[in-house]
Formats: sequence, C-alpha cells, structure tokens
Amino acid sequence: MKSRHKRMVFIVVGLAALAGAVGLIMNALQSNINHFFSPTEVHANAAPTDRSFRLGGLVEVDSVQREDDGLTVHFRVTDNAETVPVTYTGILPDLFREGEGVVAQGKITSDGVFMADEVLAKHDETYMPPEVAEALEKAELAKAEAANGATAVEPAAVQPAAQPQEGI
Amino acid sequence: MIPEIGHYALILALSMAIIQSVLPLIGAQQAKASWIAVARPAAQGQFAFVLVSFGCLTYAFITNDFSVQYAASHSNSQLPIEYRIAAVWGGHEGSLLLWALMLAGWTFAVSILSKNLPDEMVARVIGVLGLVSVGFLLFLLLTSNPFDRLIPAALDGRDLNPLLQDPGLIIHPPMLYMGYVGFSVAFAFAIAALLSGRLDAAWARWSRPWTTAAWCFLTIGIALGSWWAYYELGWGGWWFWDPVENASFMPWLIGTALIHSLAVTEKRGSFKNWTVLLAIIAFSMSLLGTFLVRSGVLTSVHAFATDPARGVYILGFLAVTIGGSLFLYAVRAPSVSKGGEFSMLSRETLLLSNNVLLVVACGTVLLGTLYPLLLDALDMGKISVGPPYFNSVFVPLMMPLLFLIGLAPFVRWKKANLGELARLLRWAFCVALVVALLLPFTMGEWHWMVSLSLLMAMWIIVTAMLGFIRRVKRGNGLKGISMSYYGMQIGHLGMAVFVIGVAMIGGYQTEKDVRMEIGDVTTVGGYTFRFDGVVEQAGPNYQATRGYIQVMKDGKNVMLMHPEKRIYNVQTMPMTEAAIDSGFTRDLYVSLGEPVSGGAWSVRIYHKPFVNWIWGGCALMALGGLFAICDRRYRIASRQRKEAEKRKMATANQGSSGDVTGTAAVAREAKA
Amino acid sequence: MVRYLKYLTPLVVFLVVVWFLGRGLYLNPREVPSPLVDKPAPVFSVADLHRPERQFSSEKMMGQVWILNVWASWCRACRDEHPLFVDLGRKNIVPIVGLNYKDQRGDALEWLRALGDPYVASAYDVDGRVGMDFGVYGVPETYVIDKQGIIRYKHIGPVTAKSLETKVVALVKELQQ
Repeated sequence: MKSRHKRMVFIVVGLAALAGAVGLIMNALQSNINHFFSPTEVHANAAPTDRSFRLGGLVEVDSVQREDDGLTVHFRVTDNAETVPVTYTGILPDLFREGEGVVAQGKITSDGVFMADEVLAKHDETYMPPEVAEALEKAELAKAEAANGATAVEPAAVQPAAQPQEGI
Repeated sequence: MIPEIGHYALILALSMAIIQSVLPLIGAQQAKASWIAVARPAAQGQFAFVLVSFGCLTYAFITNDFSVQYAASHSNSQLPIEYRIAAVWGGHEGSLLLWALMLAGWTFAVSILSKNLPDEMVARVIGVLGLVSVGFLLFLLLTSNPFDRLIPAALDGRDLNPLLQDPGLIIHPPMLYMGYVGFSVAFAFAIAALLSGRLDAAWARWSRPWTTAAWCFLTIGIALGSWWAYYELGWGGWWFWDPVENASFMPWLIGTALIHSLAVTEKRGSFKNWTVLLAIIAFSMSLLGTFLVRSGVLTSVHAFATDPARGVYILGFLAVTIGGSLFLYAVRAPSVSKGGEFSMLSRETLLLSNNVLLVVACGTVLLGTLYPLLLDALDMGKISVGPPYFNSVFVPLMMPLLFLIGLAPFVRWKKANLGELARLLRWAFCVALVVALLLPFTMGEWHWMVSLSLLMAMWIIVTAMLGFIRRVKRGNGLKGISMSYYGMQIGHLGMAVFVIGVAMIGGYQTEKDVRMEIGDVTTVGGYTFRFDGVVEQAGPNYQATRGYIQVMKDGKNVMLMHPEKRIYNVQTMPMTEAAIDSGFTRDLYVSLGEPVSGGAWSVRIYHKPFVNWIWGGCALMALGGLFAICDRRYRIASRQRKEAEKRKMATANQGSSGDVTGTAAVAREAKA
Repeated sequence: MVRYLKYLTPLVVFLVVVWFLGRGLYLNPREVPSPLVDKPAPVFSVADLHRPERQFSSEKMMGQVWILNVWASWCRACRDEHPLFVDLGRKNIVPIVGLNYKDQRGDALEWLRALGDPYVASAYDVDGRVGMDFGVYGVPETYVIDKQGIIRYKHIGPVTAKSLETKVVALVKELQQ
C-alpha cells in the first residue's frame, strides 16, 4: 500500500518534470529558430520584417565597400537572380571573400538593407553551406523559367512580386 | 610495399576480430572452456595487427609517401614532422583507423587487466567488443581504405587543413576517441550481463572503473576541443553548440549519468535495468556522433552526394548494433530483480533526479542538433537552431543539478531526515549566499545570472569542505578517507570551478573591435593597448603578417603581444592566429582583422575574466575520475572474488554463487 | 504484456530516430535536378589555360557533342575522378573540355602534368564568372552538351566509373547518333 503510494508520487513528480522540460524546450525552439531566406525570397517579401533571420547566397563580386572607420562593411548578397544589400560592423571571418558563399544573420530594415549582427563563411575551401547551395539552385531555376517563358505569360508571375519591395 | 603491409595487417586484424567475437561468445553460451580461452589471445592479436597497420600509415606520412592517396590529400613535404604525424588522423580514413586502434587498445586493456574476473564474463565482454571491431574494420576496408594508392604518385601533398595545424589538434582527437570508444567497454559489459543474465552489483563494480576511465578521457577530449576553438578560430568563444561539438557532448552527458547510476547499482543493487539502458545509450551516442560527423549529413554538400555508401554503412551499423542491443534489453530486462527499497528523501532519489536531469539535457541537445534535419526530411523548410536555444534550455536544467551536487553527498542511502539535513547545511547555504551576493560587486556590476551561478558554485565548494571536515573528524584522520571519496569531491569541485569560469565570462567579458593606426591606443578591461604596426615574416609553410601590440597597465609596459595573420602556402587559406596572454584570473586576447587603409588594421581585443577556469574545471573533473578509478576496493573486491571463485572450483560446486558474493559485498559496503 | 511494452520503448524511439537519419541522408538538397538541363549552355570566352595569350571560346564546340568538366587543383574530389577522365580521353569517344575554376595557373598546369591531361582544351576561369553562369556551386561538376549547344546532363560532385559509363558515356553515344 505504502509502496504504491510512493510510486504514484514518483510518477507525478516525473511527469511534472517532463511537462516542464517539454514546455521549456518548445518555447525555446519557437523563439530561437532561425529561418533561412535567399535574396529572391527576401525580394518577394517572404522574409519577416520584425525578427531576425538568416540570409544566404554569394558575396557579389566588386560589391564589398568599407567605411572609413575600418569596421563597417557594406556588401551585396546574391543568388544570381536578386541581390540584397548588407551592412555589418565588425571583423569578418577569414574565409569571407567576393564570389564565395556566405550566410548572414540579422534583421532587414524598412529601406531594404539587411543589418547583419553575425556573418558566417565556410570553414574550408571546398565547403559551401547547404542552404546557400539550395538557394542558388532555386534562383537558377526561377531565372531559367523566366528566360524560357519570355514569350509566354509566365514571367508576369515572377516580376511583380519583386516590385513592391522598392516602394516600402 | 609498406602501405601494402598496412593494408594486409588490417585484413588480418579483421579476421582476428571475427575469431575474437564468434568463438568466445558461442563458447560462453555453451560453456566450452577451450573456446572461451580464445578470447584473450585473439584480442591481443587483433590489437597487434591494427597497431602494425596504423604504424604503416604513420610511416607513409613521415616519409612523405605521396603515392598513398590519403597521405597526398592530407599532408605536404613542407609540413613540420609533428603535424605530419597528426595529419594521420586529419581526415576521414585516418581518423577511422585511429578509432579502430583505440577500440583494439581498450580491448587489449580489458584482456590484460581482467585477470580477476570470471573467464566466462571476460569472454563475453571481449566477444562483444570484437563484434564492434568487426563493424569498424569492415567499414574501413570496404568504404574508406587509407592505403589506396595514387598512380602516378603526386609530386607533393595537398597539405593538412591549416586550422588543424596546431598542437591542440595533435592530442584532441586521440583523447576524444579514447572517450568515445571507451564507452564501448561499458557497453560490452552491459551486453555481456544481459546475455548471461547476471545483472548484479558485482557487474556494476567491474564496469565502474572502465566507465569512469572513458568518461575522464572524454572530459579531457571535449575540453581540449573547446580550448582549441577558443584560441585557433580567432573568435574568442569557447563553445558554439555546433553539431560536431554536440556530437561529443551528448555521450558525455549520458556518461555522467551512467557513472552516477552505476554507483547506485553497485552500492544498493537498485536501478539495474536503468543502468544497463544508460550504458547502451552512452555507446549509441558515441556511434551517433561518429555518424553525424563522418557522414556529412549535417554539414557538407558534396561529401555525401558523391558517396552515400559511407553514411549508409554507419547508419546500418548503428541500426544493427543498437537495435540489436535494445531488442536484447527488451527481452531480458523484465526478468531482472528489483533492488532495495528507498524512500522519497534518500540518496537514491537524488541520484535518480541527477539522471533524469542529465538525460533530459542530452535529449534537448539531441533535439536541437537533429531538428533542422528533421524539418528538412519532412520538407518543412530550412532552419538552424542557434546557441540561444541551447542556452535557454540548458541553463535552467543545470541549476537544480548543481544544487543536487552539493546536497546529495550528505544524504543517507535508503532514507534521510530532512530536519537533520537542514540543520547540517543551513550555515553552508548562508555562507554561499553571502559570497554569491557580494562577489559580483567586486567585479563592478551585479547581474542576477552571475550571482545565481556563483551561489551554486559556492554551495558546491562550501559543502565539499564541510563534508571533508566531517569525514576527517568522524574517521581516523586523513587515512580513513577512501580514494573514491576524494575522487567524488574533486570532480564536484571541478564542476564548481567550471561554473565560476562560465559565469564570469558570461557576465564580465569585454570585447572591442577597433580600427587602429600605428600609434593608436585603446583601453579594454583596465589594460591599454597600443598598435605598433605589422611586420611580414615567413613561417615553415606559411607567410605571416605579424602584429606588434604593446600592452600597458597603470602607465607601465606589461608585455608585447603578437597576433598573426597567416597565409598557408599550399592551400592559400588565410588564418587568424590570435595572441593570448593567459592568467589565473583573466586572459587578454588580441587578433588581427584586416588591413584597412594606410597601415591601419582592424583589431579585435578581448578581456576575458576567469576563462581558464572553464578548462581548469574540466581538468579537475577528469582528475576526480582518476582518483575514483584508483580506489583500493576495486582491487580488493576482485581479489576476494577470485578467492571465492577458487574455493568454488575446489568444491566443484556449479551453483551460481555470483549473486551471493555480489550481495555479500553490498551488505558489507552498506554496513561500513 | 504491458510490462514488456515498457521495455520496448527505447527500441521504438531508436528506430524512429534511425528512420529520420536515413531520410536525412537521401532527402537533402544534394540531388536537385539542375535547372539548366535542357537549356542552352551559356556561351563563354576566356583565356586558354596552356596559352594565356589565346582565348578559348565555347562557340568552337558547336556542332558536336562534348563534355565540360569543371575542376581545380585545390579540389580533393577532382583528384579522385581525374583518372576516369584520363581513361575516357584516351578512348577518343568524345572531346572533353576542362574548365579550370578559381585556380592558380601554375598549380593547375603542374596538376595536369602530374595526373595527365585528358582535355582537348582547357579554359581558365580565374574569377569563377563562367562557373557562375553555369550555376556551379562547387567543384567538380560535369556537363554533357549536345550538337545544338544544349546542356543535356549535369553531374554534381566527382563521377564514379559507374556513373561515367551509365550516365555520361551512354548519353554521349545516344546524342552522337
């Protein structure tokens, strides 16, 4: 009798602990996941404007500019279809280079500039972040479709979506 | 010729491993003494062959034999000799060979250090280890042969990744693998116990020192990896929660739970099923870590599309070994007897809470690591889970655990009295509270998080001291204290030191990214840094730009620091080499960014209070483990057992006296 | 029965995890069909690797089936697949053009000297612009381009003896008819 009672207490305490942990985890997952967006998706207004996300693509060639303070850097991230201007203050990773893959984490401002608070480059020469690779493939696909359907009705669907971004 | 010998030795090792697993396992099941006797020599033979194989590969690296494909891809004739040796495990094939060598080494150790154990048990343990060996050797030979030739030979090698050209990386992987692989011994003991049906306190006693040893290596391995990331990646962080780090941390969490649960099983005979399950999970986590890192499923694009064979093999191996073990568990566990009863407030309950917290913590790390993969597999978009998730989940889970560390050693087995505990510990708690509230003010600023962490750390330290004093008073001075008690307290103190380091870094580190022209001055953490320019310099296999930074305090020159920016000749990869001045209470950390304009550079300067306490704490934890392994009772107990076995043999009585001796030992222990 | 089910839980949980890992192996974006397949190959003209003063133009290849192999001397996987292209080059079935991607000229020439040069021509894409037009996101990659200059197949990563024979060579023979 007594041991059954004790067992119940154990189970209740265990379940309560489990529920607490699950709640904690779900809450943490909800608020701390970084979604990934490509420049094309950013232009299509798919990315959130009120919270931070990851932007990935290639650093556009000849786009890196440094301000006089030596720390603020401006560059453009491209997926070969669209580009997004990025501003970052701080020291860039060793393997940050023009024409190479990059992932930046931060928020987009109302004038369409991505303010990065973290810039990640790859770890070695042959590595490309998988998200970046996929973003490039997708953009390539969209571009090819657009080129293909130049005489058909297709491009209309692609173009206007990108338009309103400029106005906001 | 030498590489062919290495390849051949590997094949021989595989056949040896097959013998080592098949004969002893069947022999033990059917009580054939001659088959059981094969276990030890086969294990030693397998170790010898793997060692020869590893030696041959090392020889190829030392002599710059670039007709070996693997050497050509990971070494270079300009590479200094110590890195040429470290390059042996710098890539996929070599690190697997190192894995196999470590496994054979642990098996070898079991075969020579198990003289006191019943032969049948040893045969099963070695047999299970042999099965794991077979899996890894087959993996090497089928998908990742390090001895493949390159014809025609390369003129020179592709060089080792510059990030890996570092003293920390020479010893980090071997330590880490020693830990990973070490859990295979605990696993083998668990499986052997399930197979024989002899899941008792004696079993826990045998497997404890092995588990603790593996845990020590893993602790050191992880700490080295963290230390390496700190000074080599140039970011000054000590933990990034990246999948590769998590892969090594998960077995550590489960291993920590396991060494505590083994204590209960040994002393009280409780939690037997749970302990066995933990031993299986600890090893699964090691295998899972290998899978995550080696298959490239989480990190790289190309590694995998080109060669799914590797990932499929490891996954298959994982499924067979762990699936098989868990199946065996499901079959055997229901018939295992329950251990002693215990009340709500008892050391058993607290250790159970410790286990629950650690396992849940491991679960959250696993979830955070696999969640992106999971969503991707379900085609629900690409996400990443960053450090904020881990921090927000992990910290709340660890706080109660830290509290338990201070409390549990004072709580009696079976049933404790709350009032007595409160009387005993209230002053300790008050001291810890006062220190924790006041100490942050000496650092300038008060953060509640720092204060809370310090409270827990101080609580552990004060209670450890109290416990020690009580032991000295109660027993006959220092001599009456066992090594395992020292081990426990040192390990727990290590945890406290670690927590202090983490809290201080979290609350008080200062960092500054600045643009500095020659002669510019900036102040960080009470130190003044003056940039005196850069000088070009050639290293053995790289070109360096070496910065000169004069550090001053109170107007006096303290030291000159030299951060470097290196370009490695072969891979033309830039590397930031930070300059670090290590101290007991703080590190100064300076790294060069990029040249800006007119001789100016962007420079990153950190002041990191108590950062070394993080790794110091880990070292203390490992030291605690070492003390615990050295405890006399493992040797005495096994000697007594041996004598008991002999007596048993003499009377030619075939009864299963194992349980009897086991419980007798427990009874003695409980009385003491 | 319920008693036994409890002990089966770990096994079930484990099997679910394995299932996800297995899917993870295959479902990741590694086998995306290239969007450029069945589209005209980008036309390019860059310096020849062997003779810097001369240009290599892809228009020269019009009217025949050819293979474009993107490689670099710093790429480890290229070394793995290279002997297969050397073999293929000896058989004289199809012209192979090498696109040397983001490389140093000296390193690249040394590499070809050491490992063999199967290419009828080598284009030197020093800044990776041609690669970008082709949507190259890593080396090595291999393209099969038909007589009309249409990309008919793209292989990402190093080819194996099997994939070269069954996919690339088979397709080339079909296209040549």
